[in-house]
Amino acid sequence: MIELISDTGERREMTINMGPQHPSTHGVLRLELVLDGEIIKKVKPHIGYLHRCFEKYAEEMDDYAKVIPYTDRMDYVSAMNQEHGYVVAVERMLELEVPERVEHIRVIVAEMQRIASHLLGIGAFGLDLGAFTPFLYLFTEREKILDIFEKVSGARLLYNYMAVGGLMRDVHPEFKEDVADFVKTFRPKIKELDNLLSYNKIFINRTANIGVLPVEVALNYAASGPVLRGSGLKWDLRKDDPYSIYDRFEFDIPVGSGEVGTLGDCWDRYIVRVREMEQSLRIIEQALESMPDEGDVMEAIPKRIRMKEGEIYVRTESPRGELGYFIAGDNSASPFRVKARAPSFVHLSMLPAISRGSLIADMVAIIGSIDIVLGEVDR
Amino acid sequence: MNSLFLTNILNLPLLVHLALPLTIILVYALVAIWGERKVAGFIQDRLGPMRVGGWHGWAQSIADLLKLIQKEDIVPTNASRFLFKFAPFMMFAASYAAFAVIPFSSGYIGSNINIGVFYLLAVTSVLTLSIIMAAWASNNKWSLLGGMRSAAQMVSYEVPTIATVLTVIVVAGSLNLMTVTEMQSGNDILGFLPNWFIFQNPFLIVAFVIFFISILAESHRVPFDLPESESELVAGYQTEYSGMRWAMFMLAEYADMLLLSLLGAVLFFGGWNSPFGDFMGGPVWGFFWFMLKGLLLVFVMMWIRWTLPRYRVDQLMHICWSVLIPLSFINLVLVALWELIF
Repeated sequence: MIELISDTGERREMTINMGPQHPSTHGVLRLELVLDGEIIKKVKPHIGYLHRCFEKYAEEMDDYAKVIPYTDRMDYVSAMNQEHGYVVAVERMLELEVPERVEHIRVIVAEMQRIASHLLGIGAFGLDLGAFTPFLYLFTEREKILDIFEKVSGARLLYNYMAVGGLMRDVHPEFKEDVADFVKTFRPKIKELDNLLSYNKIFINRTANIGVLPVEVALNYAASGPVLRGSGLKWDLRKDDPYSIYDRFEFDIPVGSGEVGTLGDCWDRYIVRVREMEQSLRIIEQALESMPDEGDVMEAIPKRIRMKEGEIYVRTESPRGELGYFIAGDNSASPFRVKARAPSFVHLSMLPAISRGSLIADMVAIIGSIDIVLGEVDR
Repeated sequence: MNSLFLTNILNLPLLVHLALPLTIILVYALVAIWGERKVAGFIQDRLGPMRVGGWHGWAQSIADLLKLIQKEDIVPTNASRFLFKFAPFMMFAASYAAFAVIPFSSGYIGSNINIGVFYLLAVTSVLTLSIIMAAWASNNKWSLLGGMRSAAQMVSYEVPTIATVLTVIVVAGSLNLMTVTEMQSGNDILGFLPNWFIFQNPFLIVAFVIFFISILAESHRVPFDLPESESELVAGYQTEYSGMRWAMFMLAEYADMLLLSLLGAVLFFGGWNSPFGDFMGGPVWGFFWFMLKGLLLVFVMMWIRWTLPRYRVDQLMHICWSVLIPLSFINLVLVALWELIF
């Protein structure tokens, strides 16, 4: 039933349920909105519709390696980065060095995955604002990355490709040419995207000065990744707390500048992702150059890892922000505890703070600009 | 010979007058829906429908229609049953009734009344009413929001639409669309250009731009498709509709698009007049030219839809009240002055 709404007093407001079956909540997010006309008075995110007990499963798997496929399913649009974070954490705990070739392949696929994830994020953002065509143009490019991943790992979405101590298998022989081809064809597409979407007048009208996130608020909520960089802070774990071999590569960290509106608005968060794709291309090019052509892709380690007692927290830069794995070992074959610190969860918690007083249409823009993946929020 | 043909065809029985525009609309809607999917496909590097019927999926809309007819007719539990069921038909009736005064060719017009433009604008206002009816009767908050948006939008954009139509009427001096079309016959401007209003007066080009933006908003096309913006309001006032009732909304929407495009063709592009003077003239060719002009405008609408993002509701109002309306009224005065001087 529609509640009665009068002109004055408390009854002016209307409570409305956005999700979990709403077309632009990016999955199964449910928002409880209190509206005055179309102006949002209160937002309350409800989560848990995609909870799959990742952390509990990890304890019960009886094998550190068996956790890897579960990490894929957390942030299912950037599975390679999730695996990367987990294997780096386990390897650091084991004090294991992996071969050069493996590190290079890992960095290349992780950066390609970052591009694929940003393509989806940006495309869906445009889609939320009613721009259908850029979404499909970007998907064409994403498709090329997935084709390469399919050749590499056999899967297109959830790869289970990285392993503790190396990789599941070696890349296909034409890997280098395929990736180089992609890099060459993709670079002009970023220009095209700028023309079609980034500097489109309507798009700027819809995103500039909307959902402004000042840098202090961002830090208070522990934001990271493109969301934090969109607020103007240069913070990227690939540079500030390097893991794998990221310290060898030269790349810039794009930050928001309030170019078309206020610093930290939706457009800034968006453009940071676009510029990051260019930087990822630079990393891929450098990695392709220094990647050894021959070599083992698996370190000689026992099939079943037996971890010594101890704990570790390793953070990596996933496309969405700081992805941290806390692992506690207890001398057995399975971890005593695994805790994943998911950036999407953190960013979702900021939603009430940055969306109060905006319109429903802005709400959609804000959700799109923080680019959450519900699989990672609920785990 | 021409006038003889005219008198003959105007004496057709009423039933034919009713059936002719309906046939045109139905055939057009099936073609346009297929066409829109094809246009979208080509713009987006895809093929669009390719399977049904063999050649480029030409029968896709027919298959869709058959599917929609078979669907269960669902009425939400707490909906206002009568209004809910009635709204789609009322919407279609409104846009269909307006076709009566459209001169499809020199030989055919449904009703040759001398207040044609006035009638058309009045009848299409009922569309707003039926949308609010559908939105309110659905008993769904998303529908209600969509309905309120559409009411605000259509009432606002009617002002610049009417102002630009007035501009043309000032030049033409008649409210009868047949007379307006006949005034644009011949190729006299600069020796070769047809006497269409858009070429007659530089301010009428401005008027056309305003008119086109306004009809985009009137017919809920991107970038002004807020009443049913799928990413914000689920489907706006259509949220609770399914099956044939939903199809009626679609039909009405496409009919409305054609209606406003044809109105644009009459007012600015010479209606059924051939662009080559007497060459390829006559009632049958006239129908061809008229539909071609209307469909070209429909195509531009589709093109815009698959290129641009959507405006926000307050920006939409801002464009209307502080840009289009003042501009259209200034333009009206300028056109009147131009007519006085030349």
